[in-house]
Amino acid sequence: MTYIKNRLRRTMMFVPGNNPAMVKDAGIYGADSIMLDLEDAVSLTEKDAARMLVFNAIKTVDFGGAEIVVRINGQDTPFYDEDVKAMVRAGVDVIRLPKTESADMIQKLVTDIENVEKEYGVEKGSIGVMAAIESAKGVLNTPEIATATPLMMGLAVSGEDYTADMHTHRYPDGRELEFARNMVLQAARAADVYAFDTVFSNMNDTEGFYRETRYIYELGYDGKSLVNPRQIPMVNEVFNPSKEEIENAMAVQNAISEAKAKGSGVISMNGKMVDKPVVEKANRVIETAKASNLIDEEGNYIGK
Amino acid sequence: MENKVKRNLPDELMSDMKLKPFESVEVGNPEIKRIAPKVHVTTGENKVVDSLEEVIKKTLKDGMTISFHHHFRNGDFAFNKVMDLIIKLGYQNLTLAPSSLTSVMNDKVIEAIQKGVITNITSSGMRGTLGDFVSHGGLKNPVVFRSHGNRARSIEEGEIKVDVAFLGVPNSDPAGNANGQEGDAVFGSLGYALIDAQYADNVVLLTDNIIDYPNTPASIKQTQVDYVVKVDQIGDADKIGSGATRFTKDPKELKIAEMVNQVIVNSPYYKEGFSFQTGSGGAALAVTRYLRQSMINDGITASFALGGITKPTTDLLDEGLVKKIMDVQDFDKGAAASMAKNRNQQEIDASWYADPHNKGAVVNNLDVAILSALQIDTDFNVNVMTGSDGVIRGAIGGHQDAANAKMTIITAPLVRGRNATVVPSVETVVTPGDSIDVLVTERGIAINPKRKDLIEAFSKVPDLNIVDITELQQMAEKQVGVPKPLEYTDRTVALIQYRDGTIIDTIKQVKD
Repeated sequence: MTYIKNRLRRTMMFVPGNNPAMVKDAGIYGADSIMLDLEDAVSLTEKDAARMLVFNAIKTVDFGGAEIVVRINGQDTPFYDEDVKAMVRAGVDVIRLPKTESADMIQKLVTDIENVEKEYGVEKGSIGVMAAIESAKGVLNTPEIATATPLMMGLAVSGEDYTADMHTHRYPDGRELEFARNMVLQAARAADVYAFDTVFSNMNDTEGFYRETRYIYELGYDGKSLVNPRQIPMVNEVFNPSKEEIENAMAVQNAISEAKAKGSGVISMNGKMVDKPVVEKANRVIETAKASNLIDEEGNYIGK
Repeated sequence: MENKVKRNLPDELMSDMKLKPFESVEVGNPEIKRIAPKVHVTTGENKVVDSLEEVIKKTLKDGMTISFHHHFRNGDFAFNKVMDLIIKLGYQNLTLAPSSLTSVMNDKVIEAIQKGVITNITSSGMRGTLGDFVSHGGLKNPVVFRSHGNRARSIEEGEIKVDVAFLGVPNSDPAGNANGQEGDAVFGSLGYALIDAQYADNVVLLTDNIIDYPNTPASIKQTQVDYVVKVDQIGDADKIGSGATRFTKDPKELKIAEMVNQVIVNSPYYKEGFSFQTGSGGAALAVTRYLRQSMINDGITASFALGGITKPTTDLLDEGLVKKIMDVQDFDKGAAASMAKNRNQQEIDASWYADPHNKGAVVNNLDVAILSALQIDTDFNVNVMTGSDGVIRGAIGGHQDAANAKMTIITAPLVRGRNATVVPSVETVVTPGDSIDVLVTERGIAINPKRKDLIEAFSKVPDLNIVDITELQQMAEKQVGVPKPLEYTDRTVALIQYRDGTIIDTIKQVKD
């Protein structure tokens, strides 16, 4: 596995790193990213066993083409060094650092990864990093965290710890998370990295889950963290582009082909110039449509 | 000798028992003759007796065949009441021929075998201590396993000649008119017992609820019944079926169920008036839920649902999504209660349900069947009888019969614990691969290569991940490795019949 900076990341499914049955089957649900957890899901007495399980799983289990992210234990714990070492050797795609509060912490992680890469002959830069933002300080420092390294994959808001740090807790309407959500998103966009929303853990509140997912989609988030595989199709449904969006994106791509064929550097559609963000958006729409089987191989809309 | 599914059958036993090897799933158009029962003529206004012992003494002799039904499942009091007396009275060499054996009967069967009371058994299945006992050589003569349709056929053709049928019912009038729908211990359809009532030489009803003549609707009729025995309690209502049916929350089961539904709705059979049979497992119930939503979205209704029936299926009847239910047994209280109030839930007997030697059975009209498997191999042969240790722990039930559907779908996880479900060769062949069309696992969908039409239809659906079954087998092997072959002795402890009575496989005694 090798880290790819740009790919579809609508769903990041949390899987406890100490549960062999769940780890083994994590690849069957169609998550874009799978986050194997060595941190909060694993009790202190099971840290070593979970690390070993995740190490072997990464090397042997078929995760169905999903990106593999591992949430290691924090830099303030005695498990951090061993976690980094094991995950680099296993060849994970991305290491997620919990409780990130500064660029220094990310730079330390990158240095530690590089040292292990050197020690074990792993190609430098083959592993990405991401930062979990879980405190007020972390939120305020997101601009420097997001730009701390070229290996930065993205930022994730972690609602539970953040709201505790803010002397509140989570409410159904999510107003307590408004600032953090927007700050993380702004920092991510400015640094051209991905932004992930926090988990929604009440599986019985389907309506609430859809409401929150639609909201973060409208804000501009790339994806959402999930605790249950049943949430994957729901997120994909929200992120699916409409027929109109797909047809528009196809038109943009056709305009690019035409411009290329003519040898023209300027792309125009319906007499208007097409800018870079429009091109990128069109690419994202087509990528999502393909992943959700909304278009056939020739690009015709087949819908659901 | 080797049969058509490449199973080596013991020659001596085959010729001693005058058995034929399995040839084909095609029944053809043979001419067969049905037998008729003896009738002990009586005017029969009042057949009620208090002493079960007297009835047994009057009707039963050493060496005879006795039968029971399993509609009470684990709430059954009839079997143990009767067997206690038979053992006490010192009968010997009986053949036990129930529709199936549930775990509340296990200890009594073992005791009867040990005392020489029971020397032969034919059943749909057995589990737990009894399966273990038989697999370790506890019964001298091999058990004969038959599907529900095959049992009906065997009784009709005299291969099983029931001398005395002891049939527990939740109600009867003094003349013997009875049904499964009213009383304290109701189970709905009497489907399997109806064959015994029709063909046994002596029919003994046991009930705790004698009601006024004439009792209608009568499933078992006074023309068939010799005695009505009054007992204190015939069954435990709470143990007959599961209570409220709970839908699985297991994400893997849900994933498989959703895939099964995709297979159904993208098949050529999914159109107005189609028909289906689902099972009672967690995934099967979830399929019913996904299918319901698809039928609502697409404005499609089914002409009938078949089989063992659960409340989610009777709910579809109430909603008008299914027009009729053809009901041979009910798995839960809701389905049983529904039969009493809905005339579109038709009680059918096992012959009507699935007997292959028939002028057409309902399974022949069935479009889609969803069935489970303990193991399935790369030839699509299915095992629902022996576990990964080679021990008997299952039942054929209607598996071979429902597999006659135009599209038979097997649902199974790729592995269970540390055992592969998709294997190079199943431990015991119960349902031949020729009658299986599609396998749905969480890692992909395999289609029987014979079904080129389905391969073509499903390959056009991007959401369906079609893979070769050998690929699934290899994925499973990669996960759990290759197990050491199980060790058996040469002794045959059970024969698996195909629905036409030919032998599809045998089960050997396990080595300790």
